[in-house]
Amino acid sequence: MADLKKYRDKFPDKNPDGTNIIDLESHKFIHVWQGPQHPGITGNMSLELILQGDEVMSCKTHVGYLHRGFEKLMERRKFIQCFPLVCRIAVPEPDFNEYCFAASVEELAGIKIPEYAEWMRTLILEMSRLTSFLMWLGGQSGAFGLGIIAQWSNLVRDYMLDRFEELTGGRIYRMFIIPGGVRGTLPEGFEGRMEETLKEVERAMKDIESTLFSNSIFKLRAKDLGIITPEMVEQYGVTGPNARAAGVAKDVRKDYPYLKYPELDFEVLTDTHSDAYNRVWLRFREMKMSVDLIRQILVKMPKKGDFMAKMPNMLHWKIPKGETYVRAECTRGEYGFYTVTDGSGYPRRVNVRGPSYTHAVALMEKLAIDCNIADTAGLMTSLHTYPPEIER
Amino acid sequence: MSLKDVLSPFLAWKNVVQEPGTIKKPLEREGADRYRGFHQNDMETCIGCGTCEAICQNAAIDMVPVEGQETKSGDSGLRPKIDYGRCCWCGLCVDICTTGSLSMSNEFKWVDNDPEVFRFVPGAENKPWDNHEKGYRKPDNYELYPTSRVQMEELKPEDRDKSFIEIVKGYSKEQAIKEADRCVECGICIATCPAHMGIPQYIKAIRNDDMEEGLRILYETNPLPEVCGRVCTHNCETVCAMQYKGDPLSIRWLKRYIADQVPIEKYKDILGADGFEQKDKKIAIIGAGPGGLSAAYYLANLGYQIKVYEAMAEPGGMTRYGIPEYRLPYDQLDKDIQYIKDLGVEFIFNTRVGKDISMKKLHKENDAVFSATGLHLGRSTRVAGTDHSMVFQAVDLLRDVTDGKEIEVAEKVVVIGGGNVAMDIARTMARIQNQKYGKVQLILTSLETEDVMPADLEEIVESREENVVINAGWGPKDIKIENDKIKGLNVIRCLSVFDEEGRFNPKFDKDDSNFFEADQIVEAIGQGMDINYMSEDLDEELAMTERNRVKVDAFSQSSIPWLFVGGDITGGTDAITAIADGHRAAKGIDKYLNQA
Repeated sequence: MADLKKYRDKFPDKNPDGTNIIDLESHKFIHVWQGPQHPGITGNMSLELILQGDEVMSCKTHVGYLHRGFEKLMERRKFIQCFPLVCRIAVPEPDFNEYCFAASVEELAGIKIPEYAEWMRTLILEMSRLTSFLMWLGGQSGAFGLGIIAQWSNLVRDYMLDRFEELTGGRIYRMFIIPGGVRGTLPEGFEGRMEETLKEVERAMKDIESTLFSNSIFKLRAKDLGIITPEMVEQYGVTGPNARAAGVAKDVRKDYPYLKYPELDFEVLTDTHSDAYNRVWLRFREMKMSVDLIRQILVKMPKKGDFMAKMPNMLHWKIPKGETYVRAECTRGEYGFYTVTDGSGYPRRVNVRGPSYTHAVALMEKLAIDCNIADTAGLMTSLHTYPPEIER
Repeated sequence: MSLKDVLSPFLAWKNVVQEPGTIKKPLEREGADRYRGFHQNDMETCIGCGTCEAICQNAAIDMVPVEGQETKSGDSGLRPKIDYGRCCWCGLCVDICTTGSLSMSNEFKWVDNDPEVFRFVPGAENKPWDNHEKGYRKPDNYELYPTSRVQMEELKPEDRDKSFIEIVKGYSKEQAIKEADRCVECGICIATCPAHMGIPQYIKAIRNDDMEEGLRILYETNPLPEVCGRVCTHNCETVCAMQYKGDPLSIRWLKRYIADQVPIEKYKDILGADGFEQKDKKIAIIGAGPGGLSAAYYLANLGYQIKVYEAMAEPGGMTRYGIPEYRLPYDQLDKDIQYIKDLGVEFIFNTRVGKDISMKKLHKENDAVFSATGLHLGRSTRVAGTDHSMVFQAVDLLRDVTDGKEIEVAEKVVVIGGGNVAMDIARTMARIQNQKYGKVQLILTSLETEDVMPADLEEIVESREENVVINAGWGPKDIKIENDKIKGLNVIRCLSVFDEEGRFNPKFDKDDSNFFEADQIVEAIGQGMDINYMSEDLDEELAMTERNRVKVDAFSQSSIPWLFVGGDITGGTDAITAIADGHRAAKGIDKYLNQA
């Protein structure tokens, strides 16, 4: 990388703020669109790139291909009717939406959920984190041409989905965390089957560790790719593993403890240099931590208990006027729901703060510059972005 | 970068010899026990309340008529039709299902080349998954609405058993709103209520704390809300969708709550009673009971000139002279009637038609007549000894209590009858016994055993609390009289009350007998009517039904066009039916008078 940079610095000329001077009329640049239909882009968004050779000179991100207007739809739905809707905001990781929505309306309505429900929610969120990471890992390795790892990680992800299926009744959209609690208890023998699945996950992760992190191709391409400096963390509102890899120990689970996380034993993992390689490595370590947390939860949680608070009639549930912001640490960083109620049976405003919004739009535009076009896909996946949550 | 970094990726090759994780026969894979797959609906349990339709955020559910499902009491006859092009399998419909009929199987494969078939009625189309045991069911201890009712505060037995103070205290605002919150607005009660009151609408008004709107809705179909809010037989509650998972809604108490909240001075403003156009046609109403009052109210609102003829000194009919004050205080009854008086309805009391004024004269003076004179004659068991002077009819005694007369109450009393009238007289006499002798010695006996007794359950419970002894399932044989004094009642075991065709035809076991000691016996086994004033005085003959009640059409019009008849004498059983009859008669009379 460093050698290449030496030549690149000579052309094109720079503006005083350090940006490249681009003159498309000079025919020295290529203007290409990567996406929205492109396997290297995570989901439905596109990058408008200006290249010089195969180096990215400027990058502009475009969203709007997946706008479903969830926030607006919710304003016309009763609180309970929003519950099956919110999970669709982030497809591979729906449970954080369910949790944030449920927790925010519970807070506004003054409902305290039973302890068992809190444990169940914690369990679901950790399972969801692991499952989401497994999917991301497939995308990440695929973006660097290591398709086989995607097959392994998606196989064990499927085993995790089996566990979700027996616990919640749904594989992709679990729709399990409902305002007031959760929709059921642990099925009989769940702990044992979960342990088997976790062992499968660990086995796959062992293989992945040796084939991905000790892989010369991956190392060559991912090291020093898309460096996020600690200064950029504040500037760009970076959260989650992207920030932690830069040495900024931000974790909602520790900073603003929620559910049963204060009772669990874990540390905020950090690194010193947030390039693509280290971000992937940090997430890989977080997956191991997630496996450990699931085990801890299953040991510590009570065997039975109430899982639903006594609720008013959901059909005409009105919530007093108020506003709140509820956050949770998802795989990509801080996930938050800003909810405003006006005393009616409908949310007045719900604003979903997905970490992908900052990571995939502004941060990506900055990091893509000077990167090889072949690496944009790997770079984008290393930021771990899900476009559905950008467009709510 | 090291040699390891070059070589270790080749570890991937070891997977070549591993079993693949892919399922070889994916179509045979079974969904998990809780899997939210295709819907199942138990057609027999489903009552078509449509709550699933109300909660579905995708509007995927439509309530549709289904072949083989009849509309009947407590069942709309409709069943949910689900559009799988819209369904998101969240299962909220299953969670909210009031009867628990809706569930989801664990089946998830359904292939067809006709897109129309994916809009289907679960349970009605013989799908392979209809009887799947596995699949999503609503878990126990998980409800999307409160299942138990807000308990009504009542006077304690020791505080009420000597007095006639109203027992039920009524809901506070907070309690009423909490109870009203439980309604799922299915409207099955509307169809069952004889007057078809807008029950979900007025309950909604309570939720919104809009008493004026609530009162308007009440008066659309019922001008006696204070009465019905206290003593209605509440058929609505027996079909309420809430009863399947818990208690039915306290519809009657909620109605009372609205009526109690609004002072009578505001009625005219709220109900807009000043605006109607006066007509010059005159209508006579015979009987100021619920039927007559209801007809008077609606006819007055149509601008007719109304005269109500009442044999007694006060209006209200059976609601005043039959129902004891601890259930319906007279001032509350007066409130309802006062508003009808305020509308300009003229009442003529102490005037018995057929005696003080003839039917012919009424016909001559008026354009139409509505008669709702009710059942005032007590029926006797006619067993030996009933002609004794210490054998009484419940209706006569209750009437005397209302009139303020002191009634005969002996130390030991037996009441025969298992209906609400029997309960009323038993509890009334128990109070008087308490006042007079300081203790209650009253046995209530009926043909029906306690589980099939026609009286309301709460009446049975409350009578017991007031020390009435209920010993049911006996038929009276004779009254034991010695030295011209009643000693008691001989009874024999009653095996069944109705025959196979549902007719009253009790069967007894003569060998199983019992004796109830008593100084006084009260019969409360039903009432008869006296309509001689109609039949004797008229030239035309009044058509009767097979059950010997006056035959009327859907608008309460009898076989004589100017004569409309309603209430108990046409076969009604309670105040709300009479109110509905009165309302129908008002419409019928309006139609009849505007024909010419």
